[in-house]
Amino acid sequence: MKQRLRALADALAVFAALLLLWQLILWVFHVPPYMLPSPWAVARAVRARFPSLLSALAITAMESAVALVASIVVGVIVALFFAQSRWVRRMLYPYTILLQTVPIVAIAPLILMWVGAGTSAVALIAFIISLPPIIANTTQGLVSVEENLVHLFLMHNATRPQLLFKLRLPHAVPSLFVGIRIASGIAVIGSIIGELFAGSSRVGQGGLGYSILYASSQLQTAYLFALVLATVVLGFSFFYVVIFLEWYFLHRWHESALKMEVE
Amino acid sequence: MTPEPATPMIELSGLTKRYGSGQTILDSMNLTISKGEFVSLIGPSGCGKSTALKLIAGLALPSAGTISVDGMTPKNAREIISFIFQDATLLPWRTVQQNVGLGLELEGVGSKPRKEKTSRLLELVGLQHMADAYPRELSGGMKMRVSIARALSTSPRLLLMDEPFAALDEMSRDRLNEELLRLRAEQKWTAVFVTHSVAEAVFLSTRIIVLASNPGRIHAVIPIELPLPRTAALRDTPEFEARVIQVSHALRAALVQ
Repeated sequence: MKQRLRALADALAVFAALLLLWQLILWVFHVPPYMLPSPWAVARAVRARFPSLLSALAITAMESAVALVASIVVGVIVALFFAQSRWVRRMLYPYTILLQTVPIVAIAPLILMWVGAGTSAVALIAFIISLPPIIANTTQGLVSVEENLVHLFLMHNATRPQLLFKLRLPHAVPSLFVGIRIASGIAVIGSIIGELFAGSSRVGQGGLGYSILYASSQLQTAYLFALVLATVVLGFSFFYVVIFLEWYFLHRWHESALKMEVE
Repeated sequence: MTPEPATPMIELSGLTKRYGSGQTILDSMNLTISKGEFVSLIGPSGCGKSTALKLIAGLALPSAGTISVDGMTPKNAREIISFIFQDATLLPWRTVQQNVGLGLELEGVGSKPRKEKTSRLLELVGLQHMADAYPRELSGGMKMRVSIARALSTSPRLLLMDEPFAALDEMSRDRLNEELLRLRAEQKWTAVFVTHSVAEAVFLSTRIIVLASNPGRIHAVIPIELPLPRTAALRDTPEFEARVIQVSHALRAALVQ
């Protein structure tokens, strides 16, 4: 606990130093506020537009959460299917790589056309790009079970479902969490990018990405900074929620969680 | 009155295993193991001793020859076989007690009789106080005890062991050897035991099969007629030492060949 407080204090010290540096740059180079507002201007913007900032944050958080949960559910189901045979993997795995390499900006207009602008289109875009790491990591965890453990199960005449649900699936949980950790970052980024393309201007539907677009078109640079700050807060929260869940599910038995206790 | 001929538990005839590359791991091995025997397979690496064990368990298929386990094919005989691997093969997400109960669980035994049986087995291997611990909290010797308890949970009549104590320090290994014999005296299973250690083989076995490599084949069969039950004190006797020397000589001869 003491160590954690220390780490927090260190991080805050770095933050304060950055703010000071920021202010110094403004003083020394006389940067106009529409290029780089002062930290205080950003703080004022946060206070003045807090309700709309919070609403944009909530919308993007919701889209990202829906995308992440959907990608976990779908990703695990696909991975369970992939784990059935090497033949299935060889046939279908290239398509998950395709999913990863297709630039989302290229298919966003299509999704916009099919689903229409709005939160569902944004969540769909975020879902598509957060899916591949879940599939890849979970599949890896399902198929990388040591041979002797499989033999142990065979010696007890284990059925296929028993092998899958009592051996492969629990064995894959740490890998699944690696995937979720990666996907949690991507889901947030995906939602913001999605909003740039498919965000809706309707009241109560514009998320952070949409607001960023709007603020930049109006040269409201201080508010733009506040919005960027909000995306950082969102990304951090997602990451730490996932880290906490990982610790919660794995700390009793898994080595990676053990290390976290020591830190 | 002559004693009745012992009934065979395992009959290997002409057992041959070749890899896809054409390398012969085992070359027409003939071996009969009677019920109640404790047979050790010992030999240089590459002599096919682990392969022979996997073939008896039906975890690998022979290239030629036949295997009969209590009159059945290896796969059909799995109900009466337990296999103990070189590593303890515990499931890290399960507690000690849940690990011991794995075999019973897979075979459909309900949770209440399972709990009773696993508690009894944990007591038998001296780990009742660790029932709710996770494997990562155990020492190597403790993990192996859990593995043994799990193997015994399904009341096997044949125990196949693939260098189970190879990774342990000598003291834990000696202690587990003694425990293994104590358990055997109570439960009367037949055992096939693969090892690198001559002393361990002599201490445990009623018969030692020395294998030679390239291709793997039987080099010598040495019965160990030391009296049962055997205790730690046996290791200090000249009879024990004489057997160790005899087996070591055979092993050296197998290496030179």
